[in-house]
Amino acid sequence: MTTAASSPTSVTRSDAPIYDRTWLKTLRNALIITRREVKDSFSDWRILWPIVVLTFFFPFLAQFLAARFTGFVTDFGAEIIGERTIPFLLMIVGFFPISMSMVIALETFVGEKERRSLEPLLSTPLTNTELYIGKTLSAMIPPLVSSYGGMTVYLGSLLFGDLAWRPQPMLIVQIILLTTVQALVMVTGAVVVSSQTTSTRAANLLASFIIIPMALVIQGESFIMFIAPDAESPNGIGALWAIIGGMILIVGLLLRLGNSVFNREELLGRMIDNLNLKAIFAGIWRWTRAVDAKGTPARNLVEWYRKGVKMSLRNLGAASRIAIAVFVVAFVGGYAIGQLPQWQLPLPRDTSFQQPAELLGRYVGISADAINADGEANAVDSVPIPSRLRGMLFFIETNGRILIAATILSLFTFGVAALILTPAVYIVLGYIFGQVILAGYNPAFMFAAILPHGWVEIPVIVLATAAALRLGAIATRPPKGMTVGMAWTTAMGDTLKIGLGIVLPGLIFAGFLESFVTPYVLYSVLR
Amino acid sequence: MIEADGLTKEFDGFRAVDSISLNVPAGKVLAVLGPNGAGKTTTVRMLTSILAPTSGWARIAGYDVVTHPEQVRASVGVLTEQHGLYERMKSVEYLDFFGEVYHLSRQVRRKRALDLMERFGLTFALKKRLGEYSKGMKQKLALVRAMLHDPAVLLLDEPTSAMDPQSARQVRDAIVELEGEGRTFLLTTHNLTEAEQLADTIAVIRHGRIIAHGTFDELAQRFVGDPLMELRVRGQLNGATKEIADVVRVEETGSDWLRYRTSDPAATNPALLHKLTGFGVDVITLSPVQRTLEDVYLQIVKEDEQQGASPDDDSR
Repeated sequence: MTTAASSPTSVTRSDAPIYDRTWLKTLRNALIITRREVKDSFSDWRILWPIVVLTFFFPFLAQFLAARFTGFVTDFGAEIIGERTIPFLLMIVGFFPISMSMVIALETFVGEKERRSLEPLLSTPLTNTELYIGKTLSAMIPPLVSSYGGMTVYLGSLLFGDLAWRPQPMLIVQIILLTTVQALVMVTGAVVVSSQTTSTRAANLLASFIIIPMALVIQGESFIMFIAPDAESPNGIGALWAIIGGMILIVGLLLRLGNSVFNREELLGRMIDNLNLKAIFAGIWRWTRAVDAKGTPARNLVEWYRKGVKMSLRNLGAASRIAIAVFVVAFVGGYAIGQLPQWQLPLPRDTSFQQPAELLGRYVGISADAINADGEANAVDSVPIPSRLRGMLFFIETNGRILIAATILSLFTFGVAALILTPAVYIVLGYIFGQVILAGYNPAFMFAAILPHGWVEIPVIVLATAAALRLGAIATRPPKGMTVGMAWTTAMGDTLKIGLGIVLPGLIFAGFLESFVTPYVLYSVLR
Repeated sequence: MIEADGLTKEFDGFRAVDSISLNVPAGKVLAVLGPNGAGKTTTVRMLTSILAPTSGWARIAGYDVVTHPEQVRASVGVLTEQHGLYERMKSVEYLDFFGEVYHLSRQVRRKRALDLMERFGLTFALKKRLGEYSKGMKQKLALVRAMLHDPAVLLLDEPTSAMDPQSARQVRDAIVELEGEGRTFLLTTHNLTEAEQLADTIAVIRHGRIIAHGTFDELAQRFVGDPLMELRVRGQLNGATKEIADVVRVEETGSDWLRYRTSDPAATNPALLHKLTGFGVDVITLSPVQRTLEDVYLQIVKEDEQQGASPDDDSR
């Protein structure tokens, strides 16, 4: 054996096996996995029997229950409850089999790892995406077949049975869509869990993070089906469409996350069975102090600001642009909603700002009634400093609470919460602005009420939103060469840096301006 | 066929493989020896493009493991430490699945599967579920899976560890045959006799580093010295030992035997025989004392341990 000393060169051999990755080819390769696994599932009586029972027996049980329940509530004049129970049971008939999809998904991934049969598969030319798609499909197909089969049997028994139920077709479509997206959410979630664990036991324990939210969603859907005012609408129930949309979004994010964590390196190299909190906190602390991409700690506060915070701001990149766009859309959207006749407020056309001006005058210590001939205001007793400081703290606390909540929720929603919670205020602002214009008021007072402190507060809130968005979303696609854990740790460090270095001082300054400056400016405009 | 330079892998700061360099030409067998946890499996995983190196590079059959992972995996057959079979499947179904993954046509994969099953004496178990296979049979089937797509390079982790002597012989014969056809092998094994029999070159890996590499003779020469010769005579040696001191340096002696080392047996041995005959000593046998890979391996590890324990050594 000799030691090779030459440097590597990129190789393209003419006799290379062709592994072109068109979508069709990827799907074809993925289906090789799917076929084997589906066949394997159907050869396992522990999976086959529940499917048979849930497809052919459970729907009749549900139909029987629906008939008895409808008869019972009709005796008490509550026919509507009976009617609404029928689609609810249809959803349950569909949901029970898909709940199994998660069990299969957990078993398929972590089970293979446990049985050591994953490595031979990872040694084949299949790409990570092909393995991921193939296994995801294989976890979904048997339960969905059972679910659709069960729903068909249930619907058939209803349409042609004693109840002779004639539902809105769109409601059936909605329930089928809900069943499908729920299966997708559970499977894609289970893939993430099972690809990161080393035992079925650990995977099952972590799966509660999927089951509990799903159970809550199902309860919410049931509730909506019972109380929705548009339950009989030919367009379906609006709230259910919103849930379907939201679930599709979550599926998209989970797919991204799954595709990024489902790679050979993660599958064989990274495990979260042992959670090392000390190491996690040490990593976050390291990246909070870091001034460069290598994690070099800052030597002093000036360097931390000049290099570290600057680097974190640069890292926000696309998240900042998305946050700005969402804030603009929120404001414009609020304004646009306010233009719709049904949303317009009946504001008086002519109004006087004398009363609010007087109130503000008292707050800032100037009497509006006592302006002398030279235009100078006579001072009155203003609100004492401690009260103003309390006001300042209130502004800081209110903004801070929302931003902290958005950041925490963002972690569990892949960043979506950050784009809902904080911009929501700007929908209201846009709406009020629209009403002010419509009522013919001078909009100057709006600017006076917002801009004196808003020039600091708004950029700070946008930055905090962008940091929260990045922190939540980074898990769905870690930067190249980084694992999810590494990416998340660096993003957490960036978030803390921006939070401590810019957002907190910014909120304090904005709170000071809002309490001590804005009232003067607003007063001068209103009087 | 297998080339690597400075190949390194770190996991969260722990260096599992440390700057490994290899060059195994086509048609050669490299045996990688080392204690458990030495970094052998991690090295194989990097050479299969399952794990990305932290630094360094490797090429398999001309393909870079980082830039051409699919081509690398198509070019290698891997026998993992655990056989990892799907136990509810039958062997034909199992091999058909892997054949399809490697894009073999239905006809080709069926023919190759049956040929290989026959070669390894598994035809009788075609209709059995893999869960019913014995440990050795499972290992042989895993080997069949690794060879199914006729790869240019085979990375075999403990290929005969669970096999009975006859099965192990079958596997060794197959390796020799395939080597003759130009296939390249990297074997990791604890079976030193097998490594000695099969390997053209040997690498000893410890704490992620290659601490010795070369042919068996090169390693033996370096770590246990010159070949040891043993001479047996009729009757007593008496004072003959002193008389031959100018020809060889005797290391051990008995009443009718002696042992000496020589770096050049072709020159030393005839001269020694000539001198002893001159003294009227009748030589019964003169033969080299067999040195085993086990002796060499243990010496290599011992020396590495001593180096590691030395306060002057700051390499670890």
